[in-house]
Amino acid sequence: MLQQSIKSFIQQDQQIQYLLHLADNALILSHRNSQWCGHGPILEQDIALTNIALDQLGQARNLYQYAALLITEKTGISTTEDQLAYLRDVGEFKNCLLAELPNGDWGQTVLRNFLMGSYQFFLYQELQQLASGQLKAIADKSIKEITYHVRWSADWVVRLGDGTTESHARMVQALELLWSYTGEMLEPCDYEQGLIGTQSSYIKAAWEAKIAAVLAEGNLVHPTNDWMQSGGKKGLHTEHLGYLLAEMQFLQRAYPGLEW
Amino acid sequence: MEQTTNQLQVQFQKRVDEEQKIEPRDWMPEKYRQTLIRQISQHAHSEIIGMLPEGNWITRAPSLRRKAILLAKVQDEAGHGLYLYSAAETLGISRDEMYEQLHSGKAKYSSIFNYPTLSWADMGAIGWLVDGAAILNQIPLCRTSFGPYARAMVRVCKEESFHQRQGFECLLQLSKGSEVQRQMCQDAINRWWWPSLMMFGPKDDESPNSKLSMQWKIKRFTNDELRQKFVDMIAEQIKVLGMVLPDPDLKWNEQTKHYDYGEINWEEFKQVIQGNGPCNKERLEARKKAWADGAWVRDAATAYAAKKDIQKAKANSLNKETQQS
Ligand SMILES: [Fe+2]
Ligand SMILES: [Fe+2]
Repeated sequence: MLQQSIKSFIQQDQQIQYLLHLADNALILSHRNSQWCGHGPILEQDIALTNIALDQLGQARNLYQYAALLITEKTGISTTEDQLAYLRDVGEFKNCLLAELPNGDWGQTVLRNFLMGSYQFFLYQELQQLASGQLKAIADKSIKEITYHVRWSADWVVRLGDGTTESHARMVQALELLWSYTGEMLEPCDYEQGLIGTQSSYIKAAWEAKIAAVLAEGNLVHPTNDWMQSGGKKGLHTEHLGYLLAEMQFLQRAYPGLEW
Repeated sequence: MEQTTNQLQVQFQKRVDEEQKIEPRDWMPEKYRQTLIRQISQHAHSEIIGMLPEGNWITRAPSLRRKAILLAKVQDEAGHGLYLYSAAETLGISRDEMYEQLHSGKAKYSSIFNYPTLSWADMGAIGWLVDGAAILNQIPLCRTSFGPYARAMVRVCKEESFHQRQGFECLLQLSKGSEVQRQMCQDAINRWWWPSLMMFGPKDDESPNSKLSMQWKIKRFTNDELRQKFVDMIAEQIKVLGMVLPDPDLKWNEQTKHYDYGEINWEEFKQVIQGNGPCNKERLEARKKAWADGAWVRDAATAYAAKKDIQKAKANSLNKETQQS
């Protein structure tokens, strides 16, 4: 477990919460994508998705390292990226629910990457303008990677949406399943207000336009249901995250305090 | 005038002897082609199946740094598979045919990957021992007589030696760690040592394909020669780890200037090749499942590409018409 004093500090510091939120999104999405490694439908695409998982892991690490540095500076207690990733429990993770849902089939996986990647793209574009220092540097680096993730996943959404009858049907189903998890990304919560609050309606509009364009190109009807699930950002997750963390954190939990 | 097969064969051997590379369009003996297809595709399959035992630990890596290293490593292996499938394709077999041979059990892959990865230390042991053995097998292949294979191996070898160093470093960290970590480390070495020795294949006097492969310079060292090199290398490196190899007969021989080592369990080797290793069925099932589950994706990609081609062709002819009118 994370030291109680660090835990309490995080609860009071919105900047740290925001960094953890960004980092958790990247890490959990990376975890899900990495589960495909060795099991993809086409060798080249296995490699491509693993590449994306690696990018996302790199983004998560940059953000955790930055958060750990700030925590160390502000509390005087030395904190590491691994403590933040491996020693927090479900309720302390701040990723959006969309990131933690199981992979489903290849269609669901590429669609999730498209929906979330597009959001990250517009978000990081804003962060390039609004953030400063380390966070701006991370945004500058990440945006290049995310640009590719969006292009790759959008291509797949179109290809599968407009491929065969079966692939189309599977994409319709995936869209139906994932759609109600998209709203949460676009509704800023308290710790997001400070930095990007003013731009959130712009991000939302840009995201909606991008999604509508790609869905249309892939012959996919835009969903109309607007009831949205939420809670992840504030630590209220689906049942899936507990299993994910149990697996991911196993060694650090079973053998506490060791170097690996 | 038509050259006789005999003349062609003589010329071929002459080129091989002169260390000229044989390229896909060159004449080659049918047996040379078949031997290479078998060997390169087996090698490609090994890379792909080899992703599975290590892939097992990606989601459980104990630190973010280790996770990134492991994920990148397994991805490298996928890349190796890709280069090798491409090299084999130049010999006139398609990747789908090779997959088909793998899935039906007709094509083999390295038996080492039929052993389970039971602890985190296995990631270190595989990198150090398995990639280490692979390097010794593969370095001579960088000069193998068939051009595309040799060129693929140059790229592969660079990455493999990186993998070996990372594997060793992973074990080194464990060897300097807690009692539990040291035990983990020793246990992994115990389990991977003998199977790694088996990676060099049967003993020379029982290796049916070796002689011709040497003559054609597909192979340049015998199985036993390479195995000895490996033992000599690892017997020294393990001292740095402060661990031991699970072989009571292992000792330095002043006369031969090599390490002597104990008898390999060839019955186990045979059984694993025949499909009775601890994970043969799981490994193959995982690949078959990935292939079957991906069928609709590949179909859709093909259908979409065809649609786009038709649209493009239509647009082109429309363009021409408007230009002409
Ligand atoms: Fe490899
Ligand atoms: Fe390797």
